[in-house]
Amino acid sequence: MSEVALWWIGTGDADNGLLESVRTHVERVFRAAARLELAGSRPDDAFDVRRNQHSSHRTLLWLASRRPQRAARILGLTDADLFIPVLTFVFGEAQLKGRAAVVSTARLTGAGLPGESARLGVRLRTEAVHELGHTFGLLHCRESRCAMARSSTLKDVDSKLPDLCETCRALFLENADEIGDFHEQEKHADPADR
Amino acid sequence: MSKKNTRILLIDDEEIVRESLSGWLEKDGYTIGTAADGLLGLKAMDEASWPILLVDLKMPGIDGLEVLRRVKEKSPETAVVIMTAYATVDTAVNAMKLGAFDYIVKPFDPEEVSLMVEKIVAQQALVRENVMLRKALKREYQFHDLVTKSAAMQGTLELARTAARSPSTILILGESGTGKELLARAVHAESPRHDKPFVAMSCAALTETLLESELFGYEKGSFTGAVQRREGRFVAAHGGTLFLDEIGDISPKLQLDLLRVLEERRVTRVGGTESIPVDVRIIAATNRDLLKAVADGRFRQDLFYRLNVITLTLAPLRDRKEDIPPLVDRLLEQLAVELKKPVEGVSPEAMALLLAHSWPGNVRELRNVLERGIVVSRGPLLLPADLGLTLRGEEIPAHPASLAEIERRHIAAVLKNTAGNVTQAARILDIDRVTLYSKIHKLGLKRADDGVFEPATES
Repeated sequence: MSEVALWWIGTGDADNGLLESVRTHVERVFRAAARLELAGSRPDDAFDVRRNQHSSHRTLLWLASRRPQRAARILGLTDADLFIPVLTFVFGEAQLKGRAAVVSTARLTGAGLPGESARLGVRLRTEAVHELGHTFGLLHCRESRCAMARSSTLKDVDSKLPDLCETCRALFLENADEIGDFHEQEKHADPADR
Repeated sequence: MSKKNTRILLIDDEEIVRESLSGWLEKDGYTIGTAADGLLGLKAMDEASWPILLVDLKMPGIDGLEVLRRVKEKSPETAVVIMTAYATVDTAVNAMKLGAFDYIVKPFDPEEVSLMVEKIVAQQALVRENVMLRKALKREYQFHDLVTKSAAMQGTLELARTAARSPSTILILGESGTGKELLARAVHAESPRHDKPFVAMSCAALTETLLESELFGYEKGSFTGAVQRREGRFVAAHGGTLFLDEIGDISPKLQLDLLRVLEERRVTRVGGTESIPVDVRIIAATNRDLLKAVADGRFRQDLFYRLNVITLTLAPLRDRKEDIPPLVDRLLEQLAVELKKPVEGVSPEAMALLLAHSWPGNVRELRNVLERGIVVSRGPLLLPADLGLTLRGEEIPAHPASLAEIERRHIAAVLKNTAGNVTQAARILDIDRVTLYSKIHKLGLKRADDGVFEPATES
C-alpha cells in the first residue's frame, strides 16, 4: 500500500524527464513510493465535443476505477485541457479525501510564450502536490507560498512553492493517519525494487 | 469568521453543476448546501441561515429571479448571485434591480468566482461589524445576542420572550456575570415598550439616601447640594422599562418605598409632596437567594411577591459548558471589532482549557479572559498561554502528562459530561462524530455499563 501511481494519460507523447521529476518530487513530499506507469488506454469518454475540452470529473472516475490495488493514490498527468461544468478550465482536480487526482499541463505552459516552458516543471510539481493534497483532505491554504493555496491563474501558481507549508504538512500527517490507508515509506523499502 | 462558518447555498437544477461547483468551493473550506430547484432552495433558506446564495437563472418551476425576489423580501442582507448559461442584458439588468449581488455567466472563469465569493464574505463581515458597533454604541441587545445551546437556558429564554410581551414585573436570578442586564435589555427590546427608554440602575453601589434620590428624584433644596429639582429614574423610564439590578441589597426603608411605588404606580420626589403617575415596567435582578433573605427577615415578603411575578433563572456557565464554544465564537467576533485586532479563534488546546475552567465569574469572566487573550496573542489563534488561566491546584497533574494522555482525559471528561452521548460530545469538542469515534477507539476509552465512557485501565 502507501504507493502513489503516476499515470501519463495525455494525448501527446510523454516527456519522460518531466514525469520523472514529478515522481521523485511526490516521493519526497509525501514520503511514499511513487511509481510511474504508462496507462494502456485513455479516458476517451472524458472528451466533451461541445467544449472541446476534457471533463476532469469523468477523468477522475476513470482513474479511480483503474487504480492498481497496491497504490493508495493515483495521479493522472495529462496534456488535455480540463474543465468542470461551471468553470472555463481547471489546472487539475482531485477527489477530496478520495483516491484519484489529475493535473494537466495544458494551461501550465504559459501559451508557449518565451521562457514560460522552463517553468512548466515546477508548476506541474506544485499542482501535483496540490491535487494529491486534496486526496488527503487538505483544503486551500491561506499561506500564499504553500502548494495548497488556491490558484486560479498562472500567476497564482508561480507565486507558490512546490511544497506543503508547515501547517499543511502537519495536517497531511494527521489526516493520512486518520484515513488509515497511507503510511510513510518504510525504511527498508529499496528504490531498486522498482 | 472562519471559512467553515461561511455558508453558501447553491440552487441549480443540473446535478453536474451542483456537484462540480460545490466540490470546487468545498476545497476553499466553505460549508456548501445544495438544492435542486427554486422551491427546495427557498425551503432550505427557511430552515437554516445561508448568507450567500448562488442561484441558476433558468429552472423549471420557480426561476432564479423569482427566488431572488422572495429571498430579498425576507432577508435583504443575503447576497444572491445569479448564474446563467444564457446571458442577456435584460435579465442582467433585472437581476441587479432586484438586488442581486452579481450576475455571472456559465462557465465561469475560476478567478472570477473565487474573487466574487471573497468579496461577498468581506462585505458581509463589514456589515456584521457595523451592526455590532452600532449595537455596542446603543447597547441594543436582543434575544439572538444571548447565545445558548443548553435546554434549560432555552426554556428560560422562551419564557422571557413570552413574558416580554406582557406588562408583568420580572425577576431575574443568576450569579454575577451570567448576563442579567443583557436579558433585561432583550426583554425590553422584544416588548411593546421597545421604542421607549430602558433605564438601568444598580442598587448595590449607592447609599440609601443617594439611591432614594436617584430612583425618585428630588426637589430643589431638599438636601445640601440639591440646587435644583431633578427627576428620578422612575420618571426617566416612563413608558419604558426600569431595570433594578442587585435588588437584594436595598435597605428596609427603600424596600417599603419601592413596594409603595409598585402598588400605587406613582412616585413622590424626595422633599416633595406632588405624587407623579409613572407607567414603568420593572425588571429586577439579584445574585442573592431572595427566598432565604425573606426567611431571614432581611427582605420584605410582600415586596418579594410583588417582584416575583415571572422569574427567569440564568444558569451559571459551569452548568452549561456546551455554550462555551459558541460563546467564544460570538465574544471573539465582538472583541476583535472592539479591539481592532483580527482573530480567527482559539486553538484546540486553548478551548480544552476554557472547557475545563469552572468560571466563577461566568460569561463576564469568559469575556475578560478572551479580551486578555486577544491583546497578548501574536497569531490569529489564541493559544493556552495567551489566556492567562491558571489551573487550580487539584487540576495540576502530579506528573507531567503526554499530549495524548491529556487528550484522552479531556475526551473522557467531555463524554462524562454528556452522559456518553457521542454526538453531543463531538459538538462540544468541535470535531465530527466519526473523528471522535476513531479517537475513542485509538485512546482506548471503554463504554462502562452505565453508558459512560471511561479510560481503560492502564496495561
